[in-house]
Amino acid sequence: MESISRNYRINKFFTYLVLILMAVVMLVPFVWMILTAVKTNQEAISVNPFYFLPQADWHWENFGKVWKSYNFITLYKNTILFIFFRVLCACLTATMAGYAFGRLEFPGKKIMFALVLIQMMIPSQIFIIPQYLMVSKLHWMNTTAGLVFPGLVTAFGTYLLKTSYQGLPKDLEEAAQIDGCNIGQTFLFIMLPLTRSAMISLGIFTALFAFKDLMWPMIVCPSAETTTLSAGLAKMQGQYGNDYPTMMASAVLAIVPMIVIYIIFQKQFVEGIATSGGKL
Amino acid sequence: MWKKKMTPSQKRQAIWGWAFITPTMLGLIILNFYPAINTVYQSFCKTGDFGKGNIFVGFKNYSSVFAAAETWQSLWNTVKYMLVEVPLGIVIALILAVLLQKKLAGKTLFRTLYFLPMVCAPAAVAMVWKWLYNQQFGLINNTFHTNVAWISNPNIAWISVGIIGVWSIIGYNMVLFIAGLQEIPKDYYEAAEIDGASGLRQFFSITVPLLSPTTFFIVQTRIIGALTVFDLMFMVMDKTNQALNKTQSIVYLFYTYAFTNSNRGYGATLVVILVVFIMIVTFFLQKLEKKIVFYN
Repeated sequence: MESISRNYRINKFFTYLVLILMAVVMLVPFVWMILTAVKTNQEAISVNPFYFLPQADWHWENFGKVWKSYNFITLYKNTILFIFFRVLCACLTATMAGYAFGRLEFPGKKIMFALVLIQMMIPSQIFIIPQYLMVSKLHWMNTTAGLVFPGLVTAFGTYLLKTSYQGLPKDLEEAAQIDGCNIGQTFLFIMLPLTRSAMISLGIFTALFAFKDLMWPMIVCPSAETTTLSAGLAKMQGQYGNDYPTMMASAVLAIVPMIVIYIIFQKQFVEGIATSGGKL
Repeated sequence: MWKKKMTPSQKRQAIWGWAFITPTMLGLIILNFYPAINTVYQSFCKTGDFGKGNIFVGFKNYSSVFAAAETWQSLWNTVKYMLVEVPLGIVIALILAVLLQKKLAGKTLFRTLYFLPMVCAPAAVAMVWKWLYNQQFGLINNTFHTNVAWISNPNIAWISVGIIGVWSIIGYNMVLFIAGLQEIPKDYYEAAEIDGASGLRQFFSITVPLLSPTTFFIVQTRIIGALTVFDLMFMVMDKTNQALNKTQSIVYLFYTYAFTNSNRGYGATLVVILVVFIMIVTFFLQKLEKKIVFYN
């Protein structure tokens, strides 16, 4: 008996050791980001002696300076609008198409759904040049419309919601029909509310994808006034790459909102990613 | 033809069905299928002056892309990045997922931490790693008293970028593994326990085979993800970096040609080659799936 409990304790010790070591590895970049952000550049690049912590003062005002000089208000606004419309369009079009593919019978359904599946298999890089040319022809460069454009519809979301609708019991629909609902009403009032968790998954997935996207915002919104947080960071790095506290302060400002949202809606985030899998 | 045979109910369904899928289908055609074909067409064209118009040049782009050493170098760079990110990202994530299956205090906290990089913009992640890697002032060199040029030495820069990739993806892989592990029936482990199988034995005889569909899914998505890596590379490797040639991915090269140099024909050719390459890889993965994945 004694050896079992000893084994158990050793086992537990190593489990915690691995978990804690990994936690440290995951945290160090974040901690370093914040510690650098509150230093002076002098401190950040002093090698001898090497400072882990800021000396004397923690320069929290660095954040305020960066906020003003890089117009973070505009970057936030652009990013929020971008995410809002991407999520709205994705959920709206995907839930309708998902319902049709999951619950209705109509001629041409198989071929159309095959197209959805094919789109999911094509790497999205092949769409970018013509999408850019279209945005430029529509005079949507440097606009939210241009940013949202490639995400107006989503094959992946359609697939996700189709699966969700398919899993619902059949009698619900029949009962609604007997009560005199037409297909549109059945969809809107009976079926749609039941796919809430899939919709949340799709929403989170779309929002994260938009937030993290770098190439498309750089292409369609090259101006600092119209770009998103991600692309804005790339711009700042190009211009002020050697002012490390400034760089780190802007990186912190760019990621903090999403981290706060993630910590509040943790369960939905983790479940959303786990169920949707997806290609992030 | 089919219209005559339809009952009123079938007809209603057909009308509603098409009405519901029309926005999505139109969108897919305009935003995806037409662009895919157009890109292939552009790969046979030369972009006119001032970025306007396409002049058909046949296979000229292809011959210059294939003749350019940087094409092959960047393809090889991409594969090397994949060889760092995919195996390490998956093995570490699997270990963490298995450890987090146990009854532990602070389980949620660990999971939250590991997943954190997933909700961060890669641009910000790359910025802080670039700073950590800084040869003179960086945390890594100063902590370990080394003087390694992590991202400007052509021989190791690809590993350094790969490590950022691993760090960023562990949490995502782990969450998928945890979901997969929860689907394995508990009785298998109980039965193995009674038979006196050790933890390690249980892992290899139960967990590994029953988890193989999840593992395969992750491997496949991560391989494709790694082959199309851009953000990290773009942020970490600036244009003046001497290791750029030995590190830049094929999508980075595509971006440079198509959007920085406005040579769209050449860029389109690169992306077509990448897609063909990915399709070949996917084809072999599908073949492999039938052989090694265990479905019950």
